[in-house]
Amino acid sequence: MTLLKTVNLRKQFGETRACDGLDFVVNKGEFLSLVGSNGAGKTTLVNLISAHLQPDSGQILLEDRDITFTTVAERIKAGIARSFQIVNLFDGLSVFDNVALSVFSREGKTIKMVRLAEHDHDVRRETLEVLGQFGLASKAAALAGGLAQGERKLLDVAVAYALRPRLLFLDEPTSGVSTHEKAQIMDTVSSVVRGGMVTAVIIEHDMDVVFRYSDRIVMMHEGSFLADGTPDEIRANKEVASILLGAPLTA
Amino acid sequence: MTIDAHPLPNRSLFKLAAAAAPILLVLILVPSLIGTYQLQLAIYGLIAAIAALGFNLLLGYTGLLSFGHSAYFGVGAYSVAFVVAHLGPHSMEFYLLVGIPVVAITSALFGYICVRHTRIFFGILTLAISQVIYSLALKLYWVTGGSDGLRVPRPALFLGLLDFLGPQGFQLFIRSYYYYVLGIFVVCVVLMWVIVHSPFGKALQGIRDNEVRARFLGLRIRRFRWISFLVSGTFTGVAGILWVPLNGLTTPDVLYWTFSGEIVFTALLGGFRNFAGPIVGGIVFTYLKTYAVATTEYWQLLLGVVLVTLVLVLPTGIVGAISQAGQRLGRRNAVT
Amino acid sequence: MAILVIQILNSLLYASVLFLIAAGLSLIFGVMRIVNLAHGSLYAVGAYVTAWLAGRGIALGVPLGWLFLLLPLGALSVALIGIVIEPLLLRPFYRRAEEYQLLVTFGLLQILEDLMRLLWGGTPLSADTLIDALPILRIGGLFYPAYNLLVIAIGIVAAVILWAAIYHTKFGVMLRATSQDRRMASALGLNVGLVYVMAFGIGCFMAGLGGAIVVPTQAAVLGMGVDALVIAFVVVVIGGLGSLKGALIGAVVVSFVRTAGIQFFPELELAVLYLIAALVLLVRPSGLFSTA
Repeated sequence: MTLLKTVNLRKQFGETRACDGLDFVVNKGEFLSLVGSNGAGKTTLVNLISAHLQPDSGQILLEDRDITFTTVAERIKAGIARSFQIVNLFDGLSVFDNVALSVFSREGKTIKMVRLAEHDHDVRRETLEVLGQFGLASKAAALAGGLAQGERKLLDVAVAYALRPRLLFLDEPTSGVSTHEKAQIMDTVSSVVRGGMVTAVIIEHDMDVVFRYSDRIVMMHEGSFLADGTPDEIRANKEVASILLGAPLTA
Repeated sequence: MTIDAHPLPNRSLFKLAAAAAPILLVLILVPSLIGTYQLQLAIYGLIAAIAALGFNLLLGYTGLLSFGHSAYFGVGAYSVAFVVAHLGPHSMEFYLLVGIPVVAITSALFGYICVRHTRIFFGILTLAISQVIYSLALKLYWVTGGSDGLRVPRPALFLGLLDFLGPQGFQLFIRSYYYYVLGIFVVCVVLMWVIVHSPFGKALQGIRDNEVRARFLGLRIRRFRWISFLVSGTFTGVAGILWVPLNGLTTPDVLYWTFSGEIVFTALLGGFRNFAGPIVGGIVFTYLKTYAVATTEYWQLLLGVVLVTLVLVLPTGIVGAISQAGQRLGRRNAVT
Repeated sequence: MAILVIQILNSLLYASVLFLIAAGLSLIFGVMRIVNLAHGSLYAVGAYVTAWLAGRGIALGVPLGWLFLLLPLGALSVALIGIVIEPLLLRPFYRRAEEYQLLVTFGLLQILEDLMRLLWGGTPLSADTLIDALPILRIGGLFYPAYNLLVIAIGIVAAVILWAAIYHTKFGVMLRATSQDRRMASALGLNVGLVYVMAFGIGCFMAGLGGAIVVPTQAAVLGMGVDALVIAFVVVVIGGLGSLKGALIGAVVVSFVRTAGIQFFPELELAVLYLIAALVLLVRPSGLFSTA
């Protein structure tokens, strides 16, 4: 069942066609990896879908609803959330508050100024739940700015996840951490996301991670889709392999 | 491992009450300990604290440095003067009743204009707008009294229950006015405390720390900044309303941009990254300035040197430095 | 008719001085990303130093013609102050939040204002004898000092020299490179610290020169710097922070609006200027030609 669909989506930066007429489809419940070399257009595609950028032409449809011209806030309300490639947190707030703010915002409670945030037990309970799922409960009181990189990555995902999106975009959730930590992070993210029945699209460069966790892999190259299939299908695709490995395969 | 058992910044109201109770006690006892002149100074200190407290909602919690807060202070002061000149009742409650909506509307209007920008341009815009008000107050002398300003006589407190005519009038006024201002000060502190610890306050801090991420949480950035500006300007305006009956006179000086600079100074002096900083800063600055003015003709020089030294040496302000020292001591003591 | 010509000349005179102050402010911001709140006070120092030197010169019997050398001297003294201030007071703050620069320069403003009071007292210090060194012209039926034309000329010459220096010299290239990307410039081997000091020095020189050339026409008074700063801000807002062309056009616009304002609605003249600044900030926040 299709959750998100783009129709002939285009975005150009000067001469560069970052998105060259893309028909992107995301199915409900799947864990999709978006791969490709730097500059292939992956982040641009995510930026367009999350309303960080406006497309030059084309449409974006969420379950048949045209959301092409909606604002960031409207898209979040519709159920699209994202994290960023360079960790983007509220460093001056505690880990708890980072996630709580997501929940408050989602619930429309951020306009309340004459009650104390900590008196909202529903929000508090939900925040602790999310923190627990991401293994950050013990760090709840710590300042986000003081965490280790791996924890910051997890918190970044947790903050986006706390918006209870239907479709979650994660831009390089494991970049900048050691191989060992990558597995830990991806195990956590994958189990939470699947457990919450959230559809996820991750941008990833580490092919081991991609092959291990994805239901489906979409490969971009210079603004277009090169390949689209399950990990096995992609593995068998010779053209993909040659691009990934940068060398022609023997016949 | 139960989820609920983890330590959290909790029970902040209790913490506030515990920390504030002894201080409040001292403040209540102050009039019986010092003379009338010193008491006047103390009232000015509390007023400066309220002004700085309001200002810091915008700087410390929203990340916007306004160089035009003198406008709200001055509008508050002048609105009282206009009430006296044209409306009649010399009642403090009436001054507040009229003055608070006036400063709120002014802050809302100016804030709406100013929050379309950030950082340097925001600062310059706030400065430019406050200078508009200043120049109007200076030049439209038939309305505002020009550079001579407008006089404001001693008001009656508590709906006329207390007025201060008669021989001991002045001393009685100062004593009563101290408690009056103290009461409003406490209300302001509690209100601001709740605001910064509310979901709204958290959202403001989020926007301060990371505007992009806040937007991607669905927060409407400009609207939050505007509301913060409105609240901030209103608090500072209240300080202006309280100031003018004590000062007896309001002049355009209180609208000039260098006065805005002083407000910024007070927040920095105490430390703008924590709640109590501006309060401490306001009180300390009042005493610092009075001492400087009494000591030397060149008090501006002295204050300037103090400011520069402070910014170099104590970047987190007085309260910040104390709390950092306290943390270090705590760590040393916890070495068992 | 003659009155109109004189009004125009007066506006150009004021524009000339404003340009010098604003260009200095803009240069410093463009290269170093610093808003120097004490810039107006430096202008005032230029005025005071020049007036004081003129007074001493006259007392010592120096012929009037030679006294004109005091103008660049006054400006240079301010440049020297700038070269001392930058490494001492500003450098510690480049890595810190912008708020701190505003505070440090505000503190500097207070120090300078009181230093001027301490050194020269509360009475205005004038240098109007310098005007007598040049002939008085007749325009229509009215008298007009040629000195004023000199001021306008100095403004124009300064604009040309500055433009040439920035766009046609190696030093100018260094300035522009540093202003566009400080880290890159440093990585390419430019001594950024030196560029900063020099840029600051030049900016201060301009402010000082503005004060020096204005003081024969209007005495140095306390508070002139503080008033001038806000007007300079208006100029820079209109023209755009960091733009030389903007400073020139902004200065002319502000000057003419002010003259017209004083003529037709004197009470609102100041308010109108600030309102224009606010309007420009709203509509085109980066000014007409900014690089910010």
